[in-house]
Amino acid sequence: MAGNREFVYRRLHSLLGVIPIGIFVMQHLVVNHYATDGVESFNKAANFMGNLPFRYVLETVIIYLPILFHAIYGLYIAFTAKNNASQYGFFRNWMFLLQRVSGVITLIFITWHVWETRIAAAFGNEVNFQMMQDILSSPFMFAFYVVGIISAIFHFANGLWSFLVSWGITVSPRSQVISTYVTIVIFLALSYVGVTTLLAFV
Amino acid sequence: MSETKMVKFIISRQDNEDTTSYVEEFEVPYRPNMNVISALMEIRKNPLNAKGQASSPVTWDMNCLEEVCGACSMVINGKPRQACSALVDQLEQPIRLAPMKTFPVVRDLQVDRSRMFDALKKVKAWIPIDGTYDLGPGPRMPETKRQWAYELSKCMTCGVCLEACPNVNSKSDFIGAQPLSQVRLFNAHPTGAMNKAERLEAIMGEGGLASCGNSQNCVQSCPKGIPLTTSIAALNRDTTIQAFRSFFGSDHA
Repeated sequence: MAGNREFVYRRLHSLLGVIPIGIFVMQHLVVNHYATDGVESFNKAANFMGNLPFRYVLETVIIYLPILFHAIYGLYIAFTAKNNASQYGFFRNWMFLLQRVSGVITLIFITWHVWETRIAAAFGNEVNFQMMQDILSSPFMFAFYVVGIISAIFHFANGLWSFLVSWGITVSPRSQVISTYVTIVIFLALSYVGVTTLLAFV
Repeated sequence: MSETKMVKFIISRQDNEDTTSYVEEFEVPYRPNMNVISALMEIRKNPLNAKGQASSPVTWDMNCLEEVCGACSMVINGKPRQACSALVDQLEQPIRLAPMKTFPVVRDLQVDRSRMFDALKKVKAWIPIDGTYDLGPGPRMPETKRQWAYELSKCMTCGVCLEACPNVNSKSDFIGAQPLSQVRLFNAHPTGAMNKAERLEAIMGEGGLASCGNSQNCVQSCPKGIPLTTSIAALNRDTTIQAFRSFFGSDHA
């Protein structure tokens, strides 16, 4: 194992992006969509999620540790690339660049988002509809959230495509084209869920 | 006599490994069907730059002149390709020539491609058949497999895939698509398959397969049209299985 540490880290990075982080992101977007049904609906859902049994264990194992590893190792990956999309303007090369850009944006967004909600909750604030309404009442923060959420969804959808390649699931060019279309649909569908949720708070 | 048409070349030059590069312009008389090599030969015959000053001949590497040896690879109008098959009539002018900077520049357009040959040794890109007695003919290969394996064997170690790759650079030790695809070629061979695990373990090391970021520039740029990204994805599958085998232990050959 010691000889192929890089192999293990890269594979782990790829896996964690989908399981559990990707699953968590989808769950998070879907549950927050309750906001479109009104204040009560959202507060009930937030309350349910916030009071799950073994909450700290779940948060640590499913969210904090995987994201921490994925983010730190991801930054290392992003900054060891020498992007050349202007010289080689192929579709996949642009996706390669956007994957790195969206990853960095997502990391900045998540850091702020966790600070404003989860850490605020740890200091005694209640995570509810009112909290999100206050945050999103500023047009700057609304734009920040739109960009952050779209980046995160793009990073997940395109990352799912590379996950399928990196684990040897999609090998042939045709399978990789089909998975491109599938991940585009995933990107559009989740973006719809995310943006409609944000709009529900304003 | 009518005035001869001139072709302008803007060439990125460098005197040796340690000096910085500079740009020099040359003008070469046009001849029908000329390629970049013939223009460089013209400069060598009469090394005067576009200002009419005496200069040194531009150095480059070449061998086969029919795009099978890979030696004359350089960056022509921003794209890495072979100078022998780069026809002046098909290029936008002025024509810009630069060395493939992914490799150490020896002089002018000549680069040192050793890293690719070192990588081939690292991944054991050969089939060990030497013995103390005649081992007889090897096992037969299915025709369908031979056909795609033949495509992989067209690799001429030209370096274009490494030059185009965003992950092959001075900050990373990624070996690039060229040696990886050769692993798939030799693992596909019925005799070569006997050392499959060794080759897979080699590319699971530092700077190996996992450093690929799927930009897929290699497959788009390969002058021989080798399905490099299919090779990489197939090796991803093989190394996934290999990783489980070596982790849990397996007597599967």
